[in-house]
Amino acid sequence: MSENVAIIGVGHSKFGDRRDVNVPELAWESIKPALDSANVDQKDIDFFVLGNAGIWSSEAALPALMAEYADLSPKGSMRVEAACATGNAAIRVGYTAIKSGEADVVLILGIEKMRESQNPTVIELIGRFGSFFWEFENFGLTFPGYYALHATAYMVKYGASEEDFARVAVKNHYYGAKNPYAQFQKEVTLEKVMEPKYVAWPFKLFDCSPITDGSAAIILASEEFAKDAENKIWIHSQGVGTGTANLSKREDFTSLESARYAAEIAYKKAGIDVDAPYKYLDGANVHDCFTAPEIMAYEDLRFAKKGGGVKLIRDEQTYIGGLIPVNIDGGLKAKGHPIGATGVSQAVEAYKQLLSQAEPGRQADIEKGRWLAHNVGGTGHYTYVTIYGLEKLKR
Amino acid sequence: MKEVIEKQIKEFGLPVMTDEKSGALQWLDLRELNLRYIISIENIKPFFEGLKEGKLLTTKCKHCGRIFFPPQRDCPSCRISDMEWVELSREGTLETLTVIFVKPPSFGSYDPYTVAIAKLDDGPRITAWLKGDPRKAKPGMRVRLEISKREKEGYMMYELVPVE
Repeated sequence: MSENVAIIGVGHSKFGDRRDVNVPELAWESIKPALDSANVDQKDIDFFVLGNAGIWSSEAALPALMAEYADLSPKGSMRVEAACATGNAAIRVGYTAIKSGEADVVLILGIEKMRESQNPTVIELIGRFGSFFWEFENFGLTFPGYYALHATAYMVKYGASEEDFARVAVKNHYYGAKNPYAQFQKEVTLEKVMEPKYVAWPFKLFDCSPITDGSAAIILASEEFAKDAENKIWIHSQGVGTGTANLSKREDFTSLESARYAAEIAYKKAGIDVDAPYKYLDGANVHDCFTAPEIMAYEDLRFAKKGGGVKLIRDEQTYIGGLIPVNIDGGLKAKGHPIGATGVSQAVEAYKQLLSQAEPGRQADIEKGRWLAHNVGGTGHYTYVTIYGLEKLKR
Repeated sequence: MKEVIEKQIKEFGLPVMTDEKSGALQWLDLRELNLRYIISIENIKPFFEGLKEGKLLTTKCKHCGRIFFPPQRDCPSCRISDMEWVELSREGTLETLTVIFVKPPSFGSYDPYTVAIAKLDDGPRITAWLKGDPRKAKPGMRVRLEISKREKEGYMMYELVPVE
């Protein structure tokens, strides 16, 4: 058993339209640097977890494929799926395996190659991440559509505007431009985001995260194994929540109950005051698959009171130097959103930020030594909140 | 796509093509998948029979009185599967909406459509298309549930209609 679990190495592929590589090649681009930076050999890995939502890409038996390609056979493995929270769900499996004593070293790989299918096919498939029959089959909801229903409710209840949402895109592109692994390394203006190219009203093209290929990998280790690791961070806590399949089964569309639940558990386990968590955190990655959900995340994570999230973005409080820097790697919006890789990519970002290894112009000040990752699957169907720390959690 | 593949095979002897943007060589999969699910509705049959007769029925637990929409066979509160079929209230309040402009290909024959969620007067919420000009619709407005024939596909489905 290991009370504490460390991340001792990380790897990250370039995100984007990666037609230049196939699935195992894309995976290797993050597995290799993860093994290298952790200074471990394949034989040291007890178990590996592969986060992949799939369907749009050709290979289905991914753990076996990677066992073959990356010399991981005959070690145990598991493929994990939790929609857009697949990556953090994969981390969950490795984290609990080490905590329980079943493994000492676990490789977590998140990978998605969405561009093996044509865009209309991806739109068709991703619209099904809700209730298949009562939302998709008869009413044609799309992934932007599910969140747009929340954006509309938020605008009406709290007086937010499309322009407020656009500010999230401007911020995340600002930081994406400084991240060499991001799909979009280009800043955008508010006017550009506001161009009326509607996808699902009130969302326009630039409110939406793109369709992305990418991979990210981390090496998790027990306290005993991690003691000699030069560079490491620790998982302080995790909270996991699940929502209903049908949005119509929920009480409110301005917040995600699973996220509030997951955050509360994660804060409690890490000894963080739920009324002022930003006082304990140097920054956060939140699930900005669209612009409005980033604002909702501020509130679900209690960085702001209900209805107060929109003020945080208006006042630029989630830029570096503000109340709490959020998505300063570009977020899903500019870095890209390869479904299964996103949660693992957030862990890579926590590692880089806490160890002050982020690229120039996007390094937060690390004073409190803690970073938060908020990874949502579907529209609050699953939420994983993970707190990472530079030092071991003081219990 | 099929024509492209045939052309490439004829020209190069293989189903391969260079991607214009990246210049990377791609294999064009020959094994197209046509996916269509066949879903059992046996235990919620009255809902569909009702729809054909212009009624909107759902399940209510005979023991605890809990109303379920969408209808379901089993009551998880009582762990008893003994439901009665009751009519849903046909009026309610609009809670939120969106207009789908970028549609799934399987909805390609429809114009941009409005999807809304309303809270019905007897409690349950319902997701459905909202009829009429979405620019005139606003959360908080009164709506009515109606059953109509989907023009393009010709099957009966419920929709929300603004109350004048």
